[in-house]
Amino acid sequence: MTSAAPLADGLPATSPEADLLVEVEKLTLRFGGLTSLSQVSLTQRRGEILSVIGPNGAGKTSLFNCLTGVYTPQEGRIVFHRRDGRDISVVGVRPHRVNRFGIARTFQTSRLFNALTTFENVKIGVESRSRTGPLGAILHLPHTRREERAANARVRELLEFVGLTHRAATLASSLPYGDRRRLEIARALGTGPELLLLDEPAAGTNPAEKGDLVDLIRRVNRDRGVSVLLIEHDMGLVMSLAERIVVLNFGQVIATGSPAEIQQNPAVIEAYLGAPEAPAEGAGDVAESGEGA
Amino acid sequence: MSDPLELTEIPERTVTSAALPPDQRTPWHKVVHNDDVRRLFACVIGGFVLALMTGPEGDGINMLSGVDGALRFPHLGICLALTVGLWVLITVRHRFGERARTASARVSALPARLLPNAKFRGLALVALLALAIVYPAHLNGYWQSVLVQQVGIYVLLAIGLNVVVGYAGLLDLGYIAFFAIGAYSDAFWTGALPIHPPANLNPFWVIPIAIATAMLAGVILGVPTLRLRGDYLAIVTLGFGEIIQIVAINLQGVTGGAIGTGTIRHFALHVLGINYVWGLDPLPYYYLLLVFVVLALFAFHSLEHSRIGRAWAAIREDEIAAEASGINVLKYKVMAFAIGASTSGFAGTLVASQIRFFEPGDFTVQLSILILVLVIFGGMGSLPGAVVGAAVLEWLPQYLHVHPLFGFQQQDLYIYFGAILILMMIFRPEGLIPSRRRRIELGLAEHGIGTADAMTAGASPSEPAGLP
Repeated sequence: MTSAAPLADGLPATSPEADLLVEVEKLTLRFGGLTSLSQVSLTQRRGEILSVIGPNGAGKTSLFNCLTGVYTPQEGRIVFHRRDGRDISVVGVRPHRVNRFGIARTFQTSRLFNALTTFENVKIGVESRSRTGPLGAILHLPHTRREERAANARVRELLEFVGLTHRAATLASSLPYGDRRRLEIARALGTGPELLLLDEPAAGTNPAEKGDLVDLIRRVNRDRGVSVLLIEHDMGLVMSLAERIVVLNFGQVIATGSPAEIQQNPAVIEAYLGAPEAPAEGAGDVAESGEGA
Repeated sequence: MSDPLELTEIPERTVTSAALPPDQRTPWHKVVHNDDVRRLFACVIGGFVLALMTGPEGDGINMLSGVDGALRFPHLGICLALTVGLWVLITVRHRFGERARTASARVSALPARLLPNAKFRGLALVALLALAIVYPAHLNGYWQSVLVQQVGIYVLLAIGLNVVVGYAGLLDLGYIAFFAIGAYSDAFWTGALPIHPPANLNPFWVIPIAIATAMLAGVILGVPTLRLRGDYLAIVTLGFGEIIQIVAINLQGVTGGAIGTGTIRHFALHVLGINYVWGLDPLPYYYLLLVFVVLALFAFHSLEHSRIGRAWAAIREDEIAAEASGINVLKYKVMAFAIGASTSGFAGTLVASQIRFFEPGDFTVQLSILILVLVIFGGMGSLPGAVVGAAVLEWLPQYLHVHPLFGFQQQDLYIYFGAILILMMIFRPEGLIPSRRRRIELGLAEHGIGTADAMTAGASPSEPAGLP
């Protein structure tokens, strides 16, 4: 297991400047009088598993929604450095365009296409990259058929990867919870992302499913070279997966660092426990606590 | 009460003192507490109301003439038989609900069981097509023209609207406006309007122009309005339908105004030494229509099972997830809208050339609603459903109209359609021949999963991905 190495020092050997994937700079998001994010800055390196944690209402999902184009922040910038060298500003771009740039996501409460099968769910993700237009679809042009065959092969490969091959023909609505989570990840991977945003992937899963999920996220990161930005309340999962952690509280970044550093950080402990005393005991609680504040 | 049938009980209270059916075991004042008896009451009263509403019109001199005529024997008898039949249905459903449901499920599954593989299904389709080719030639002129003007055209319109409402889940109440655009395109290019075209064309050449015009209108209307959610879209399209009609009435110099168009040319074929003109005889038009309907069916079937059909299904189910999966929601909605619009415009061309004359009064909102009813009746999102729904609902009134026993009057049409729609929503909300996806969506929606509330897929959760 190499995952222990980054956990120990927190910083990969490569120069951070050269390998940036996402730069978020002074992001501010307001809903009327409510400030959801205030001057949030963070960076993610290519190939990294970065985790965003924080108590409920800290602005984690808002950050995701800004990153994926669902919300348009009032201030700040988000730059996405693609592998092909293009730098793209994500602010004010519609969600499907963001996805096309290479940022895919899953949702806090999984949003699958429930009346469709597992296979079709993944296929919709894969096919969002196809070029077939209405005429091609009506006339069954050779190009269309080739594209469809390629898409089917890719769906099968993805289902194999997440371990849902045996569920291919099952309706998404009748999948158990852990499988729904995997399917959502497979659908997101189908769009060929460079960055995968996972919004509480372990919420509602049982310990066995959680173990599988940790394994899957690690394989997504390592085997497929997809960088992962993870929101999670389950501290065990965060500590074992994340190379670095960003802590949000009341819409502000209060700490950034390796899991070990975060566990010792007094500001983090205070945010989670709301009490300044007994820091040593508190640190342990952060690591174990399931749902935070 | 969760049972929607209780609605029909409202008149019951006012007539409890009237003749009560004998029920020996229950004292008279408790009879009404028996649900079956209460429903029977409601149904009998419904029968009288139906008889009155569908009976002959009264006149100013003898005020009661309408009532008199309505309550004569054959008419009243039929109405009562209908409503009491309904009561029997409801009672059976209540008593043997579970068994009735499995029986109906078995009936629904029958086509699938009889036609287990694609080869059989293909054979059945070929047989149906052969019937559609051979049979109409043996009908008399009246029924042939019914086949063209009522059945054929509405089948084409219904499968077009099915793309918009059934596949993409967009509620379009101005569908007939595109029909009008197609019809006026035809009139314009064949020289039947006060303003003259650069060249008088054969209707065959007008078809692509009309399709393109209607599609363009669909895109122009769609791009700004399809950003709106379900209910708003319905209102905008409703308004658009009205605007087109009013423009057609008031733009006299261009459209001929309320008087209507001049005489429109028939279809004619002059290629490769073949000279054929579609005349007043409906049968050649029927075959022309059949060709186009079959082509449209093939095209829409391919679309449904392609990447585009899947994208529509995704949008219908969860717009936010669809966008997050890289689907350009607006583009696919506009695409569905434009495909529906062009089908409608195409049908408009065919009708205009067949009946040779039309006026703005032909394009009422009622017609848009009627086509929507055909689609809902047949089963939204299902091509066989749209075809059968349109064919049955268009053919049946004609049959009942001609048949001496029923003496059905055209102006009552919408009363029956309303009643059919209510019954449909109670007993079979997924439609006559539902599509598999739609049936699953409805089933899930009943269990509170998903947002497939019939047609407003656009009205999915308003809050994107939850506030922090």
